This record gives sequence, C-alpha cells and structure tokens, in this order.
Amino acid sequence: MRKAPQGTMQLLLLACSFALAGYAGVRLLADDWLGVALWFVGAALLHDLVLVPLYAAADRGLVRVFGAAGHRDRTMYVRVPAALSALLLLVWFPLIGGQTDRRYRMATGLYADGFLARWLLITAVLFAGSALLFLLRLRSRLRRATKERPPVAH
Amino acid sequence: MRDHTPRPPTPRLPTSRLPTSPGFWRSPLRGPWFTSVLGLVLLVGITVLFVTGLLSYAAYNPGLAPVNDKTPDKGLLGFYLFAWPTHPHWLYRLTQGVHVTFGITLIPVLLAKLWSVVPKLFALPPARSAAHALERISLLLLVGGALFEFVTGVLNVQLDYLFPGSFYPLHFYGAWVFFAAFVTHAALKTPAAVRNVRRMRGERDGRERQEAAGELVAPRPDPPTVSRRGALWFVGGASLLLWGTTAGRSFDGPLRRTALLAPHGGADPGSGPNGFQINKTAAYAGIAATETSEDAWRLVLTGRTGTVRLSRAELLRLPLHSAALPIACVEGWSTSDQWWRGVRLRDLAALVGHDEEPPDVLVESLQRHGAFRRAALRANQVADPRSLLALLVNGEDLSPDHGYPARIVVPAAPGVLNTKWVARMTFGDL
Repeated sequence: MRKAPQGTMQLLLLACSFALAGYAGVRLLADDWLGVALWFVGAALLHDLVLVPLYAAADRGLVRVFGAAGHRDRTMYVRVPAALSALLLLVWFPLIGGQTDRRYRMATGLYADGFLARWLLITAVLFAGSALLFLLRLRSRLRRATKERPPVAH
Repeated sequence: MRDHTPRPPTPRLPTSRLPTSPGFWRSPLRGPWFTSVLGLVLLVGITVLFVTGLLSYAAYNPGLAPVNDKTPDKGLLGFYLFAWPTHPHWLYRLTQGVHVTFGITLIPVLLAKLWSVVPKLFALPPARSAAHALERISLLLLVGGALFEFVTGVLNVQLDYLFPGSFYPLHFYGAWVFFAAFVTHAALKTPAAVRNVRRMRGERDGRERQEAAGELVAPRPDPPTVSRRGALWFVGGASLLLWGTTAGRSFDGPLRRTALLAPHGGADPGSGPNGFQINKTAAYAGIAATETSEDAWRLVLTGRTGTVRLSRAELLRLPLHSAALPIACVEGWSTSDQWWRGVRLRDLAALVGHDEEPPDVLVESLQRHGAFRRAALRANQVADPRSLLALLVNGEDLSPDHGYPARIVVPAAPGVLNTKWVARMTFGDL
C-alpha cells in the first residue's frame, strides 16, 4: 500500500504537470486541433497496438522456428541482424522508400536514390557478420568438443 | 480443448490469451532491473534533448522580431530566452548536432523502454482509483508526447513534412507537453529506478531474487533465448549502429561518407570550393539567373541616413575580411568551417549612418517563398567582426546554390539565419 505523503506528492505533481501540459497543449492544438490530437494519441496507439504486436509476433515466430529445429539458443543470430535492419528501415523509411526523392534532390542537390541500396547492403553485412560469428563459435565449440572427448580405444 | 460441448454465446478464452492477463506476457527479460536501466538512460538522454532543443529555439532569436518567431503565442514558454551569442563560432553546430544525432541514437532505448513496460498498458482494471486514473492519463501524454516528438523530428530531418502543420510550433509546444509529463514521471519513478539498479548491481543471486518478485516480471516466463544483460547490449548495439550511420554528417570529407543512411550523409553535392553541403538550392528557392546578374542585382541598404544601393562590383571594392565559419542546420547536419570572404556587417551598418554601436538588422532575400526569406539579426551578431555579407567562399565567387551574389554568414547562428541571395538590409532597432 502506498503511504499517504507519497500519494499527496503524486497528486500535486500530476496537477502541476497537467497544468503545464494544458498551457502548452492549447498552443499545440491551436491550428489543427484534430490533426494534432490524432497524431499525438495515434502515435501511442500505433506503437502499442500495431508496432509492438507486429514485431513481437515476428519474434515469437522466429523463436518457434528455431525451437522446432531444436536450436532455440541460436535465435539471436537471426534476431539481431533482422531487428537492426528493421530499425534502420523504421527510422529512415522516407529516404529509403524514396518518398521524398524529388524534394530531397531539389533542396539539397544530392541524390536520394542511394539510400535503398545502402540499406540493403548494410542489411547484407549485418547478416553476413552474424553468419561469420556463428561459424566461428560453432568451430571453436566443435574443436573444444573433440579435444575434451576421451580417446576411443578399440 | 478437450471439451466439445456447446459453449455459452461468448466463449471465454483462457486468461493467458488476453494481454490484460499477466500470464499473457511471456518474455523472461521484463523486470524492474531492465526497465530501470533503460529509464535512467532516458532520464539523462531526454534531459539533454530538451535542453539542446530549448537552446536551438533560443538560437533563432524569436524574441527579436516577428520574422524570426514561428511561435508568436508562446507566452511564458519563452521565459528563458536570451540574446544568442556568437562565441564560440561552432556553438549551434554542437548543440544542434547533439540534439538530432543523440535523439536518433536514443530511438532504440525509447523503443526498448516502451516494450519493457507494455504489459502495464493492458493491466486491468484501467483505473484502481482517481489518482491511478490521473497517472494513466499522464502516461498517455508521456508516451504520446515522446513518440510525437521523435516522429516529427525524424520526419523533419528527412524533409518528409507529413505532420499536421508547421514543424516549429508542433515540435516546440509538443516538447513542453511531453516534458510536463516526463518531469512528473521522472520525479515519481527515478528513486525506485536508482534503488533497483543499485540493489541488483553485481550480486547475481540478489538480482534473481529481486526479479522473481518484482513487477513487470512474467509469472510464467518462456525459457530465455538471451540474458537481460545480453538484451541490454543488443539495445546499446542498435544505438551504436544508428549513431555510427548518422554522426558523420556533422563533418566534411571522409567522415561524412560514414553517415550512410542519414540525410546530408555520404558524398558532398559537388567538388571544389563550392562543393560543400547545400541547405536549399537556387532552383528550389526559385532564384533566376537574370535576377542575380551584375546588371540586375543591387544590394539595398537602409539605415539612419537613408538608403544606399550597391552593385556587387562596388561591394568588392569595400574592405574585405575573411572568417572561417560552418553552416549548421536545424536538421542536425553541418559543414566543417568554410573560408568566407566579404564585407563586415558592421561596416555596412556604418555606410548608412550607424557608425558607433551597430543596431539590429532585417535581412531580406530574393526568395519569394520559404519561411526564412526574411530574417532578423541582433546587434551583437551584427557587431561581431566575423559576421560577413560574404561574396566569396574558399577563394572563389559564391555559387548560385550558396547564395550568389551575396549571403550572410554569422558565427554560431542557425543555418536559416545565414540568408542567401540577399537583396535588402534594413538597419535599426526592430
């Protein structure tokens, strides 16, 4: 149970926070209140109800595939490069997807068509690095196993 | 299911199938230690983002003139504003580079933190008490605010203006709404987070015991595929990857080529003296060559003693000075120092009667549209001997994309206040 002083403190803090948020909020909502409110609440809902379930389901599927093959412990070798690649896409999708190609070229004098290729190459490097690490670890494990196995005398 | 007899109209799923049941959440990673570590990283990180963001807002000198102010109804939220200094000349390059690059670096930490507490979102009942209901509303502001700020920022640096309105008011007022919730959350949770991390540091047994009882811990966890420490390394690695593919865009040369996915990363737009990064090209700004020709273009200076019109050739006959200054954009990229050469702003002020104390100046561009086709500079910026109306850069005439026939360069000022294609300068108190 929460002690009373803490509860009082919490209430005061929350009241102060809402007052400040309200002061900034009326300014935030001044122009296009519906659009901004949709973005504000929508960002939280999209994250919690779409993004998290999506990547959690993908991850669960991945673990299941490895589990079925009896190699649950190897999940990370795919999870890490896949998640890093997905993260880069999540952050840079406007450039990678070419959504702002024209504006980017007009504004900066730079070509935006390299981003997709670079993202794909980074993804390839991430998976290749993971594969290499896996092979190295597998080899050292096999070597250790052969060394530790007692010589078989027939 | 073994039972195939007809069921009541609303069949009840086993409780663990619903996210409202603690048993639904199976990851063995969730627990107070993991959440606390991420929370403390964000406590420091978001504080840095907020402070550098407020500095960037101040760097525009919004209190100086309406043309600089994209948030005229800011009220008390601009309480801290101060005259933006010109020393050190890399000040804005540093603060805004940190704001954007560090913000991008924090994305994995934010996502991991939100993941680690997601079961709480679905916890039932939605509110145990009035205080609890208020706390949950505050959390909506916290999570919505954090995502709103990160999403608008990330879209803006990619020139993808999907958000509903102008970036400046959205990101600024949004930051205050978010920060109000953030401070409260930090005040309520930091003591426990520090306790959690301290108590569990080092002693493995202790951690296992604490985690077994702590909130957020899955009651029926799946067997682990990675340790909590490993998961933290994973988050850190993701941050490192984003940082490594972004940070280089604050430098020219080979370092910029390491910024593989960030805008203004990779190669420079050109080679030679004018080859460095461009904010907005002449074509984008709608500047025609006929307007900037030797015959057509005149700089119009207005001040206490009236108006003076100068051609570019006449400007070149005035005393010229050099300054090594970067271009630093609100989007977080910057160039290394470039060698600009031109007429000092304070010398131009003197030409129209402001001999002693240089006043503020309103600078107008040939640009017909764009939020910053007109910008005001404060007296301290005009007075700095390195503040120039630049005519040359790195030993050559400015290129059209860098503002030919003449552009402003001011130490430590945001890129957009370094007006290009200058047409008119009006000196005097604004």
